[in-house]
Amino acid sequence: MNLNFEIASGDFSKAGRASSHIKKVLKQLQVEPKVIKRIVVAIYEAEVNVVAHSVGGTLSAVIDEIGIQVELKDNGPGIEDIEKAMKKGYSTASKKVRDMGFGAGMGLPNIKKNTDELSIKSKVGEGTTVTFRTNF
Amino acid sequence: MLVSDLVEKFGLKVFSGEEGLENEVNGGYVSDLLSDVMGNAAEGEVWITLQTHQNVMAIASLKDLAAVILVKGTEPEDDTLERSNEEGIPVLGTNLSTFEIAGKLYSFIS
Repeated sequence: MNLNFEIASGDFSKAGRASSHIKKVLKQLQVEPKVIKRIVVAIYEAEVNVVAHSVGGTLSAVIDEIGIQVELKDNGPGIEDIEKAMKKGYSTASKKVRDMGFGAGMGLPNIKKNTDELSIKSKVGEGTTVTFRTNF
Repeated sequence: MLVSDLVEKFGLKVFSGEEGLENEVNGGYVSDLLSDVMGNAAEGEVWITLQTHQNVMAIASLKDLAAVILVKGTEPEDDTLERSNEEGIPVLGTNLSTFEIAGKLYSFIS
Protein backbone atom coordinates (compact mmCIF):
# COMPACT_ATOMS: atom_id res chain seq x y z
CA MET A 1 0.00 0.00 0.00
CA ASN A 2 1.29 3.47 -0.94
CA LEU A 3 0.34 6.68 0.88
CA ASN A 4 1.48 10.13 -0.20
CA PHE A 5 1.25 13.51 1.51
CA GLU A 6 2.33 17.07 0.75
CA ILE A 7 3.87 18.99 3.66
CA ALA A 8 3.80 22.79 3.51
CA SER A 9 6.49 24.92 5.10
CA GLY A 10 5.48 26.69 8.30
CA ASP A 11 1.97 25.23 8.44
CA PHE A 12 1.93 23.72 11.92
CA SER A 13 -1.85 23.32 11.79
CA LYS A 14 -1.34 20.43 9.37
CA ALA A 15 1.58 18.81 11.18
CA GLY A 16 0.34 15.41 12.26
CA ARG A 17 -1.95 14.89 9.27
CA ALA A 18 0.18 12.11 7.77
CA SER A 19 0.92 10.42 11.08
CA SER A 20 -2.71 10.49 12.12
CA HIS A 21 -3.85 9.02 8.79
CA ILE A 22 -1.18 6.32 8.85
CA LYS A 23 -2.09 5.47 12.44
CA LYS A 24 -5.67 4.75 11.34
CA VAL A 25 -4.50 2.59 8.44
CA LEU A 26 -2.14 0.56 10.65
CA LYS A 27 -4.94 0.05 13.17
CA GLN A 28 -7.18 -1.30 10.42
CA LEU A 29 -4.37 -3.63 9.39
CA GLN A 30 -4.28 -4.80 13.04
CA VAL A 31 -0.63 -4.00 13.53
CA GLU A 32 0.42 -4.43 17.16
CA PRO A 33 -0.43 -1.24 19.15
CA LYS A 34 3.12 -1.00 20.54
CA VAL A 35 4.56 -0.96 17.02
CA ILE A 36 1.98 1.58 15.83
CA LYS A 37 3.07 3.87 18.67
CA ARG A 38 6.71 3.73 17.56
CA ILE A 39 5.85 4.41 13.94
CA VAL A 40 3.56 7.31 14.80
CA VAL A 41 6.22 9.04 16.91
CA ALA A 42 8.77 8.79 14.09
CA ILE A 43 6.39 10.05 11.41
CA TYR A 44 5.09 12.94 13.50
CA GLU A 45 8.60 14.15 14.30
CA ALA A 46 9.60 13.87 10.66
CA GLU A 47 6.55 15.87 9.57
CA VAL A 48 7.31 18.59 12.10
CA ASN A 49 10.89 18.78 10.83
CA VAL A 50 9.72 19.44 7.29
CA VAL A 51 7.22 22.07 8.50
CA ALA A 52 9.68 23.80 10.83
CA HIS A 53 12.91 23.68 8.85
CA SER A 54 12.28 23.23 5.13
CA VAL A 55 10.69 25.14 2.28
CA GLY A 56 8.20 22.28 1.97
CA GLY A 57 8.25 18.71 0.78
CA THR A 58 6.52 15.36 0.52
CA LEU A 59 6.07 12.25 2.61
CA SER A 60 5.50 8.85 1.10
CA ALA A 61 4.89 5.66 3.01
CA VAL A 62 4.93 2.11 1.70
CA ILE A 63 3.32 -0.56 3.85
CA ASP A 64 4.06 -4.21 3.15
CA GLU A 65 3.60 -7.45 5.11
CA ILE A 66 6.62 -6.94 7.31
CA GLY A 67 6.76 -3.23 7.98
CA ILE A 68 6.50 0.37 6.88
CA GLN A 69 9.03 2.33 4.83
CA VAL A 70 8.74 6.11 4.99
CA GLU A 71 10.51 8.68 2.83
CA LEU A 72 10.43 12.44 3.37
CA LYS A 73 11.85 14.67 0.67
CA ASP A 74 12.15 18.43 0.92
CA ASN A 75 13.44 21.08 -1.45
CA GLY A 76 15.86 22.79 0.89
CA PRO A 77 17.64 24.42 2.54
CA GLY A 78 19.50 21.22 3.52
CA ILE A 79 21.28 20.25 6.74
CA GLU A 80 24.81 21.57 7.17
CA ASP A 81 26.01 19.08 9.75
CA ILE A 82 23.94 15.90 10.06
CA GLU A 83 26.02 14.55 12.92
CA LYS A 84 25.27 17.68 14.96
CA ALA A 85 21.59 17.56 14.02
CA MET A 86 21.37 14.03 15.41
CA LYS A 87 22.66 15.17 18.81
CA LYS A 88 20.08 15.37 21.59
CA GLY A 89 19.43 19.00 22.47
CA TYR A 90 20.90 20.49 19.29
CA SER A 91 18.45 22.56 17.25
CA THR A 92 18.47 25.36 14.70
CA ALA A 93 14.77 26.12 15.23
CA SER A 94 13.57 29.74 15.33
CA LYS A 95 12.37 31.40 18.52
CA LYS A 96 8.77 31.23 17.32
CA VAL A 97 9.04 27.48 16.80
CA ARG A 98 10.70 27.03 20.20
CA ASP A 99 8.00 29.05 21.93
CA MET A 100 5.47 26.54 20.61
CA GLY A 101 7.38 23.81 22.42
CA PHE A 102 9.10 22.44 19.33
CA GLY A 103 12.79 22.75 18.54
CA ALA A 104 14.13 21.12 21.68
CA GLY A 105 16.61 19.04 19.71
CA MET A 106 14.70 15.83 20.39
CA GLY A 107 13.05 15.20 17.03
CA LEU A 108 15.74 13.27 15.17
CA PRO A 109 16.76 11.29 18.30
CA ASN A 110 13.06 10.35 18.70
CA ILE A 111 12.99 9.15 15.09
CA LYS A 112 16.14 7.11 15.56
CA LYS A 113 14.84 5.51 18.74
CA ASN A 114 11.58 4.44 17.14
CA THR A 115 12.79 3.05 13.82
CA ASP A 116 14.78 0.00 12.77
CA GLU A 117 16.64 1.71 9.93
CA LEU A 118 17.26 5.41 9.37
CA SER A 119 19.10 7.24 6.63
CA ILE A 120 19.50 11.00 6.18
CA LYS A 121 20.93 12.44 3.00
CA SER A 122 21.25 16.16 2.64
CA LYS A 123 22.84 18.74 0.38
CA VAL A 124 22.92 22.38 1.41
CA GLY A 125 21.04 24.47 -1.16
CA GLU A 126 19.25 21.43 -2.56
CA GLY A 127 17.36 19.55 0.10
CA THR A 128 17.11 16.64 2.48
CA THR A 129 15.82 13.11 2.11
CA VAL A 130 15.04 11.18 5.28
CA THR A 131 14.21 7.51 4.92
CA PHE A 132 13.28 5.17 7.73
CA ARG A 133 11.79 1.76 8.26
CA THR A 134 10.04 0.15 11.18
CA ASN A 135 9.20 -3.54 11.06
CA PHE A 136 5.96 -4.93 12.51
CA MET B 1 -10.02 6.34 37.65
CA LEU B 2 -11.78 8.47 35.07
CA VAL B 3 -11.10 11.97 33.76
CA SER B 4 -14.44 13.02 35.29
CA ASP B 5 -13.15 11.96 38.74
CA LEU B 6 -10.26 14.43 38.38
CA VAL B 7 -12.61 17.16 37.16
CA GLU B 8 -14.81 16.70 40.20
CA LYS B 9 -12.04 16.29 42.76
CA PHE B 10 -9.99 19.33 41.66
CA GLY B 11 -12.73 21.56 40.25
CA LEU B 12 -11.17 21.55 36.79
CA LYS B 13 -12.80 23.60 34.08
CA VAL B 14 -13.95 21.53 31.09
CA PHE B 15 -13.23 23.53 27.93
CA SER B 16 -14.02 20.84 25.35
CA GLY B 17 -13.95 17.16 24.42
CA GLU B 18 -16.73 16.22 26.88
CA GLU B 19 -17.09 12.93 25.04
CA GLY B 20 -13.81 11.82 26.62
CA LEU B 21 -14.68 12.57 30.24
CA GLU B 22 -15.11 8.85 30.81
CA ASN B 23 -11.58 8.12 29.51
CA GLU B 24 -9.60 5.96 31.88
CA VAL B 25 -6.63 7.72 33.56
CA ASN B 26 -3.58 5.70 34.56
CA GLY B 27 -1.01 8.40 35.23
CA GLY B 28 0.25 11.79 34.23
CA TYR B 29 3.01 13.54 32.31
CA VAL B 30 4.30 17.08 32.76
CA SER B 31 6.14 18.90 29.97
CA ASP B 32 5.93 21.91 27.68
CA LEU B 33 8.31 20.39 25.14
CA LEU B 34 6.23 18.63 22.53
CA SER B 35 8.89 16.14 21.46
CA ASP B 36 9.40 15.17 25.08
CA VAL B 37 5.72 14.28 25.36
CA MET B 38 5.83 12.58 21.96
CA GLY B 39 8.79 10.47 23.03
CA ASN B 40 7.91 9.73 26.64
CA ALA B 41 4.23 10.09 27.56
CA ALA B 42 2.19 6.89 27.68
CA GLU B 43 -1.34 5.96 26.66
CA GLY B 44 -4.01 6.94 29.20
CA GLU B 45 -1.93 9.64 30.87
CA VAL B 46 -3.12 13.15 31.66
CA TRP B 47 -0.80 15.80 30.16
CA ILE B 48 -0.22 18.96 32.20
CA THR B 49 1.10 21.87 30.11
CA LEU B 50 0.98 25.58 29.41
CA GLN B 51 0.99 25.11 25.62
CA THR B 52 -2.43 26.03 24.22
CA HIS B 53 -2.12 25.59 20.43
CA GLN B 54 -3.69 22.81 18.38
CA ASN B 55 -0.53 20.74 18.03
CA VAL B 56 -1.13 19.78 21.64
CA MET B 57 -4.24 17.95 20.48
CA ALA B 58 -2.40 16.33 17.57
CA ILE B 59 0.03 14.85 20.07
CA ALA B 60 -2.65 13.93 22.62
CA SER B 61 -4.49 12.06 19.90
CA LEU B 62 -1.44 10.31 18.42
CA LYS B 63 -0.36 9.20 21.90
CA ASP B 64 -3.90 8.24 23.04
CA LEU B 65 -3.68 10.46 26.11
CA ALA B 66 -6.68 10.65 28.46
CA ALA B 67 -6.89 14.45 28.73
CA VAL B 68 -4.91 17.69 28.69
CA ILE B 69 -4.81 20.08 31.66
CA LEU B 70 -3.87 23.71 31.00
CA VAL B 71 -2.35 25.49 33.98
CA LYS B 72 -2.40 29.01 35.47
CA GLY B 73 -5.76 29.94 33.99
CA THR B 74 -4.56 29.73 30.38
CA GLU B 75 -7.20 29.06 27.74
CA PRO B 76 -7.02 26.90 24.63
CA GLU B 77 -7.05 28.48 21.17
CA ASP B 78 -10.17 28.00 19.02
CA ASP B 79 -8.64 25.37 16.75
CA THR B 80 -7.45 23.48 19.84
CA LEU B 81 -11.06 23.33 21.09
CA GLU B 82 -12.25 22.15 17.71
CA ARG B 83 -9.65 19.42 17.53
CA SER B 84 -10.37 18.35 21.12
CA ASN B 85 -14.07 17.91 20.30
CA GLU B 86 -13.26 15.99 17.13
CA GLU B 87 -10.90 13.64 18.93
CA GLY B 88 -12.98 13.27 22.10
CA ILE B 89 -10.01 14.16 24.27
CA PRO B 90 -10.95 16.72 26.95
CA VAL B 91 -9.06 19.97 27.40
CA LEU B 92 -9.31 20.93 31.06
CA GLY B 93 -8.16 24.01 32.93
CA THR B 94 -6.98 25.02 36.38
CA ASN B 95 -5.81 28.27 37.97
CA LEU B 96 -3.13 26.36 39.84
CA SER B 97 0.50 26.27 38.71
CA THR B 98 2.03 23.18 37.13
CA PHE B 99 3.80 22.35 40.40
CA GLU B 100 0.61 22.55 42.45
CA ILE B 101 -1.70 20.60 40.16
CA ALA B 102 0.95 17.95 39.44
CA GLY B 103 1.49 17.45 43.17
CA LYS B 104 -2.21 17.07 43.83
CA LEU B 105 -2.74 14.69 40.92
CA TYR B 106 0.27 12.63 41.88
CA SER B 107 -0.96 11.93 45.36
CA PHE B 108 -4.51 11.31 44.15
CA ILE B 109 -3.54 8.89 41.37
CA SER B 110 -0.75 6.94 43.05
